[in-house]
Amino acid sequence: MNLLGKLSWNVIPFDQPIPLLASALMVFAILLILLWITVRGHWPYLWREWLTSVDHKRIGVMYCVLGLVMLLRGFTDAIMMRSQQALAAGGAQGYLPPEHYDQIFSAHGVIMIFFMAMPMMIGLMNFAVPLQLGVRDVAFPTLNSVSLWLTASGVLLTNLSLFIGEFAKTGWMNYPPLSELQYSPGVGPDYYLWALQISGIGTLMTGINFVTTILKIRAPGMRYMRMPVFCWTALATNLLIVAAFPVLTAAFAMLLLDRYLGFHFFTVDGQGNMMMYVNLFWVWGHPEVYILVLPAFGIFSEVVATFSGKPLFGYRSMVAATMAICILSFLVWLHHFFTMGAGANVNAVFGIMSMIIAVPTGVKIFNWLFTMYAGRVRFQVPILWSIGFMVTFAIGGMTGVLLAVPPADFVLHNSLFLIAHFHNVIIGGVFFGAMAGYNYWFPKAFGFRLNERWGAGAFWCWFVGFYLAFMPLYVLGLMGMTRRMQHYDNLSWQPWLMVAAFGALVILAGIVCQIVQLIVSIRDRDALRDTTGDPWNGRTLEWSTASPPPPWNYAVLPRVEGVDAFWIQKRRARLGQPASVGPPGYEPIEMPKNSPTGFIIAFFAVVTGFALIWHIWWMAIIGAIGAFVTLLFFAFRETEEIEIPAAEVARADRAYQTGAAG
Amino acid sequence: MSIAVETFEEPYEPALVADAGPAPKQIVVAYGFWIFLLSDIVMFSALFASYAVLVNATDGGPTGAQLFNQTRVAIETACLLLSSYACGLMSLAIRSQHRLGTYVGAAITFVLGAAFLELELQEFASMAAAGATPQRSAFLSAFFTLVGCHGLHVTIGLLWLVVMMAQVAARGYRATVVRRLFCFSMFWHTLDIIWVGIFSVVYLIGSLA
Amino acid sequence: MRPGLRDGGRAFALIAVASLGGCSQGVLDPQGPVASAQRLILLDSLGIMLAIVVPTILATLGVAFWFRASNTRTIYWPEWRYSGRLEMIVWSIPAMTVMLLGSLCWVASHDLDPGRPLASSPKPLPIQVVSLDWKWLFIYPEQGIAGVNTLTVPVGTPLSFALTSSGVMNSFFVPQLGSQIYTMGKMTTRLYLQADNPGVFQGRSFNFSGDGFSDMHFLVHAVTPDEFAAWAAKTKGAGPALDPQSYAELEKPSQAVPPFTFGSVSPGLFTTIAGGTMPPLAAPQRHEHQ
Repeated sequence: MNLLGKLSWNVIPFDQPIPLLASALMVFAILLILLWITVRGHWPYLWREWLTSVDHKRIGVMYCVLGLVMLLRGFTDAIMMRSQQALAAGGAQGYLPPEHYDQIFSAHGVIMIFFMAMPMMIGLMNFAVPLQLGVRDVAFPTLNSVSLWLTASGVLLTNLSLFIGEFAKTGWMNYPPLSELQYSPGVGPDYYLWALQISGIGTLMTGINFVTTILKIRAPGMRYMRMPVFCWTALATNLLIVAAFPVLTAAFAMLLLDRYLGFHFFTVDGQGNMMMYVNLFWVWGHPEVYILVLPAFGIFSEVVATFSGKPLFGYRSMVAATMAICILSFLVWLHHFFTMGAGANVNAVFGIMSMIIAVPTGVKIFNWLFTMYAGRVRFQVPILWSIGFMVTFAIGGMTGVLLAVPPADFVLHNSLFLIAHFHNVIIGGVFFGAMAGYNYWFPKAFGFRLNERWGAGAFWCWFVGFYLAFMPLYVLGLMGMTRRMQHYDNLSWQPWLMVAAFGALVILAGIVCQIVQLIVSIRDRDALRDTTGDPWNGRTLEWSTASPPPPWNYAVLPRVEGVDAFWIQKRRARLGQPASVGPPGYEPIEMPKNSPTGFIIAFFAVVTGFALIWHIWWMAIIGAIGAFVTLLFFAFRETEEIEIPAAEVARADRAYQTGAAG
Repeated sequence: MSIAVETFEEPYEPALVADAGPAPKQIVVAYGFWIFLLSDIVMFSALFASYAVLVNATDGGPTGAQLFNQTRVAIETACLLLSSYACGLMSLAIRSQHRLGTYVGAAITFVLGAAFLELELQEFASMAAAGATPQRSAFLSAFFTLVGCHGLHVTIGLLWLVVMMAQVAARGYRATVVRRLFCFSMFWHTLDIIWVGIFSVVYLIGSLA
Repeated sequence: MRPGLRDGGRAFALIAVASLGGCSQGVLDPQGPVASAQRLILLDSLGIMLAIVVPTILATLGVAFWFRASNTRTIYWPEWRYSGRLEMIVWSIPAMTVMLLGSLCWVASHDLDPGRPLASSPKPLPIQVVSLDWKWLFIYPEQGIAGVNTLTVPVGTPLSFALTSSGVMNSFFVPQLGSQIYTMGKMTTRLYLQADNPGVFQGRSFNFSGDGFSDMHFLVHAVTPDEFAAWAAKTKGAGPALDPQSYAELEKPSQAVPPFTFGSVSPGLFTTIAGGTMPPLAAPQRHEHQ
C-alpha cells in the first residue's frame, strides 16, 4: 500500500514547458506575497482583521478579491485559447498540444463560472445586502466565513492541479462517459469534482444564510415591498442556490462513486445512463446562470436609478419579473441538450418555456429605459457599464431566443455561435454588472472613490474588445465551426479567429486599465476621499452610514418608511422634518465574535480534497477528523459575541455625522 | 445633510410583523436550519430521480423484488419511527429542562437509530454476499446510493446527538444549546420523512414489480 | 406582426448575415431540405427578434444620451415611477413576440424532429453510424459495405441514419445537410437527412470527445443515384472486411485517420455494437438500451 497514494515526482510537469513555467510563476508570485507580508509584519493584522473576520463587509471584499484574481487566471486561459486558434489553421498545430489545450478550455470555464463570477456576485451581495436591509450582519456570520474559505479551498485545489498532476480534460461540464475512469484514468476529473464539491458546500451555505437574512433580518419598517431591488434579486438568487446546488452535489457524488468505487450510474456498461448526468447537470446548470445574472440585474436597477436621479420605474413589475425568472429558470434546462434526442413534444415544450423566460427579462430592460427617461443621467463609470450591458445583453438575449427554437439549435448547438451567445450574456450581463457594482460600492467599502478616467478606459476597452472577440464567433458558428477545437483545416475560418484574438488583446487592455485604476486610486486616495458616506447621491440605506461603515453598520437601526429609504430620510431632512428614528441615545451593541473556524475548516477541506484526489486514504481521514474537531471547538466556545461599548458607537457616529454634514 | 438622532414624537409601535425589525435568534436559527433541510430534501430528490431512472437497469442481475426483505424493512421502519417518538419525548424534557428525561430520551433515540443502522448494514452485507453489489448494475448503484445516503445521514445524526448530550452535560440548557437541540430534532424527523419516501418508492413499489 | 414587417426583417437579416461573407459550407448554405428549412427558421426568428431588439438598443442609447445630466432643456420628472399603460405595453411586447415565436417553435420542432422520416418519394437509404475514438464509421447495411471518415450518398434520396457510439458521447453533424444528433454508447439515435444537390460537404463531430477530437471530421460526397450505385458496386468486395476482429482493431484510439472503405460487413454488426435489437426504421426517437 503506497503511503502517498498516486503521488510521485512524475506528476509534476517537468517535461511540459508551458505548465511548468506557469506553475513556477504562480508559486513565485504567491511566495513573494507571503514573504512581503511576513517581512512587513502584517500577519497579526491580517489574521485578526481579515482571515478570522465574520464581518459580512470584510467577507464580501475577500470574495471580490478572490474573483478578481481568478479573473486573471481565467483570462490567461482565454488568451492562450484565442492565440492557439488564431495560429493552428491548415496544417499548423499551434503551440498547445491537445492534452494541454483540453485542460485549458476546461479550466477556463470552471474558473470563470465558479471562481470568478460566483465569488464576485456573492461578494457584492455579502457587502451590500445587510447594509441595504439596514441591519448589522447576516443571519449566520461564522457560517458566512466558512462559505468564503471553502470557496477559496476550491480555488486552491484547482490551481494546485497546474503543477501537481493535471486538470480535467473533459470540458467544464465534465460529461461522462468521457469523465469516467475508463476514458479519463488520470486525476483531472477528480480535481474538478472535489474542488467543486467543496466549494459547492460553501455556496449552499451562502444560499441558506442569505435566504434567512433577507426573509428574517431586516430593519424595522422594511417590509418586503420596501426592500431595494438588489435585495429582491439577491433573494431570488439565493433561493435558486438552495434549490439547485444540491442537485449538482448529487450528480458529482454519483460520478465520484463511479470513479472511485466502480458504480455504474453513468458508465456505458452495467446499463448506466449518461443522459441522466446531462439532465442532472443542467437542472443545476440553468438556474446557475440565473444565479449569476440576477444579482447583476439588481445592481443595474440600483445604478440606473441612482445615476438618473429618479426612482426605479415599475418597482412592483421588477419584483414580479425577478420572482418569475426565479421560478421559470427551473423549467428550461433541457434546452442545453435539444440534440440528445428527447423527441418533438419535449423539445418544443422546453423551447417555449425558454422563450417565456425572455419576457420578464425584456420587461426589466424596458423598465430601466423608463427609469432613465425624464431623468438626469450622470455619465459616471457605473452607468457606462449599465448602458453597455443593456445594449450587449439585448443582443445576447436575442441569440438565446434563437437557440431556444429546437430546429435552429440542431444546427447551432455546440458551435461557436453557442459560445458567442453565452459569453454575450455572461460578459455583457454578469461581468458588466460586477464591474458596475465594483465601481459603485467601492467608495462605501474603502472610503475613497475609484479614478473615473481609468474606469471609463477600462469600460471602453472591455466593450469594444468584447465585440471584436465574440461577434466573429457568431459568424464562425454559422460557418460550421464547433467549440473546443485545438486545430482546424478550414482556412476560411482563420481571419475571423484572428479578429477574435485581437479582441482578446483589447480586453486585456481593459484589464490593465482596471489594475491601473486601482493603483492610481489608492495612490490618490486622499483626493478621492468620500467623507459624506454618500458620493453618488444615493437612494438606499447603505449610503446613510459612514464610508467605510463601522463594524456594526448603523449606530441605531434605521426606521424604514418606504422604498428608497435613504431618499425619504434625505427629503425629511431637507424639509426640516424630524428623522423617523428610535429612542435617543447610544446603546452598547453586541456583535458576533471573529473566529478562525472558517479558515481552519477550509484548510482541512483542502487536505481532505487533495488526499482523495491522490488516493492518500490516511490523509483524507485525518483531514475529515480535523474538520470535525474544528467544528467541535466552535460548538464548545465560551462566548459567541463581543459587546461594543456605547461610547465607541457614539464616537464613530459623531465622526460620521460631522463628515455627512460637511 | 444630517441624520441626527433626535427625539421621536410618538412611540413606534410596529403594526406588522414585518415592521418589527430583525427576528429573534431562535426563529432565525430554526428558519435557517429548515432551509438547509429543504436543500437536503432537494439532494435526496435528485437521488430518488436517479433511482427511478435506473430502477430497471439491472443488466441481467438481481432485481429489487428478488432482493428486498419486507420484514426487515418493516422492523427498520418501526425503529426509526419510534426513534423519532423518543426524540419528541426528549424535546419535551428539554423544554422543561429535565436532565434525566433529556438523557433518557436521547439514549432511546440513539439506540433505536443505531438498531436501524445495524439492520441496514445487515441488509447491505447479505446483498453483497449474494453478489448484489453496487458494482453489479446501475440499479444496484442507485439503490445503494439512495439508501446508503440516508443511512449516512442517520449516522451523522447519531454522532450529532452524542455531541449534543456532551453539550448539555457541559453547558446545561443555555440558549445556544437549546437552539441546536431543536435543529437536531428537526433533522431527525426529516430523516423519518425521507425514510417514508424510500420505504414507499424503493421497497414497496420495488416488491410489487 | 404585419407580414411586410416580418419579411423586411427577414430580408434585413439575410442581407446582414450574407454580407458578412464566408457563408459557404455552413449553416447558411443548405444543400438539403432539412437544412433549408432550418435556415428559414433561423432567419425568420432573427427577423422577428431584430424588430424588437434594434429599436430597443437605439432607444437605450438615445434616451441615455438625450437625458444626460448636462442637457437641461429636457423634462425632468424626479418622482415618475409608475405608469399602468406603459407597464401593459412593456409586458405585452415581449409576451406577444414570445407567443409568435412559440407557435413557430411548436410547429417547427415537430416538422423537423430528427427522427421523423422525410416526405420524399424514393425509398430511404439506411446508413448506420458509429462514432469511435477519433473517427467515424459508416455502414451501408443494404449494400454490405462501409467507410471510415468518408460518406457517399445519392442525391434526392432520404437518408435514414441509425447512430451509436463505441464509447464516449459524440455528435454527428453535416452543417449543409441539417440537424445534428448525439451518438451515445449502447444506445441508438435516429436522424433523417437528404442531399438535394451533388457536391462535397464537411461533416464533423460536434461534441468534444477527447484529444483526437479536432481531427474527427469527414467528407460527405453527394452524387447522382447512378454514380452512387456504381460506387457501391466498385467498393463491394474491394478492400478489407469489417468484422468483429477488424472492428476491435478500429476501436483502438487513433487520430487523423485517412478515409478508406471496407468491402464487406458482417451482418448485424451495428446491432451488436449498439447493444441491442435494431429498432424499426420509421420509429420515433428511442434511446434503446439493453
